[in-house]
Amino acid sequence: MSRLFVARNPRVAARSLGGEVMIMSGRDSTLFTLNRTATILWQAADGCTPLDKIVQERICAEFDVEPAVALQDAETLARELAGHEILQISEEPIPQRNAPAGESR
Amino acid sequence: MSRPLPDLAAEVERLSLVIEIGGMPVRVHTTDPAFLNMLSHRYCGFVGSSESAEVEFDVDLVPPGFADPDAEVRVIHQVGRWSLERGDFRAEWEPASRRGWIRQSANPYSIDAVLRIVHTLVLARQGGFLLHSASAIRNKKALLFAGVSGAGKTTIARLAPPDATLLTDEISYVRRQDDGYVAFGTPFTGELAKLGENVSAPIAALYLLAKGPENRIDPVEAGEAARSLLANILFFAEDEQLVQAAFHSAFEFVSRVPVSRLTFVPNSQVWELIG
Repeated sequence: MSRLFVARNPRVAARSLGGEVMIMSGRDSTLFTLNRTATILWQAADGCTPLDKIVQERICAEFDVEPAVALQDAETLARELAGHEILQISEEPIPQRNAPAGESR
Repeated sequence: MSRPLPDLAAEVERLSLVIEIGGMPVRVHTTDPAFLNMLSHRYCGFVGSSESAEVEFDVDLVPPGFADPDAEVRVIHQVGRWSLERGDFRAEWEPASRRGWIRQSANPYSIDAVLRIVHTLVLARQGGFLLHSASAIRNKKALLFAGVSGAGKTTIARLAPPDATLLTDEISYVRRQDDGYVAFGTPFTGELAKLGENVSAPIAALYLLAKGPENRIDPVEAGEAARSLLANILFFAEDEQLVQAAFHSAFEFVSRVPVSRLTFVPNSQVWELIG
């Protein structure tokens, strides 16, 4: 099974405020507020850490969930966020240039 | 003795007017004295005398035709030039040369929309914005009252006490200054149809308006404050950099200006809670 890599899309603007991460699409000005799982994914999406490692080290460490189930859910979430052009996903590491900060600015 | 023939192409007299909103002078050129007269009345109080305008527009008046002022606005940036378009006007503006043109019929609404758009574009690069909100100065501090149509912007403006100076009942002009923000009066009116005063003051508070059974002020969490502010910022441009700039400006604003929810019944006692 191939590994998935996730990266923050440099074409969005992001801010963390009061524990919430908000993201605005530069393309159509849509505003997204990320839930806790999406926030973890966003913050860890450096383009070089595989998704399974993010799930194992970050998501399973915070939530009481089976790793296989967590990985499946995380993949679904990553693809959904990619559909909104918030994240980029690839089966290869993704070089990051000018990506929005994972933490608050 | 024969008289000399007049020039076949007599020079058309160019008339101009400077409209200065938020401290930014915009010069409008036209060849139509009636249109210029209409503008000088429409922007009474905001007509400036600045020699060096930051933006100069030549207005090309065309006969009225089918035009839908409710049509979607398109604001696109290409090769250093902004293109602005709605059902009732077309305009272009080149920031580098500070010049542009507007093609519209002789009505006040089209140029008003162009001015609003141009100010949003300029402000976005400077950390400011236009906001759907009423605003007023009281005790030398500006208070903003934001909300969508029907939230009570005009009502709160109408209830303002005599010692309050109305800046607008519809669209507030917010400019970044030093470590804070300043609100300017605007001629952009809502139902009150009354121009704001052309003055400014540091912003002391932003209230998110809600109508309710009693007058009260409640704190708003930072995330909700940012979301509400973003929902009320006027922004038209299809431009990623400016969208990102406006987004970050909203967060800067809520980190520096107190934001609360103001629930009110429509009576003047609400002003005893504020300002």
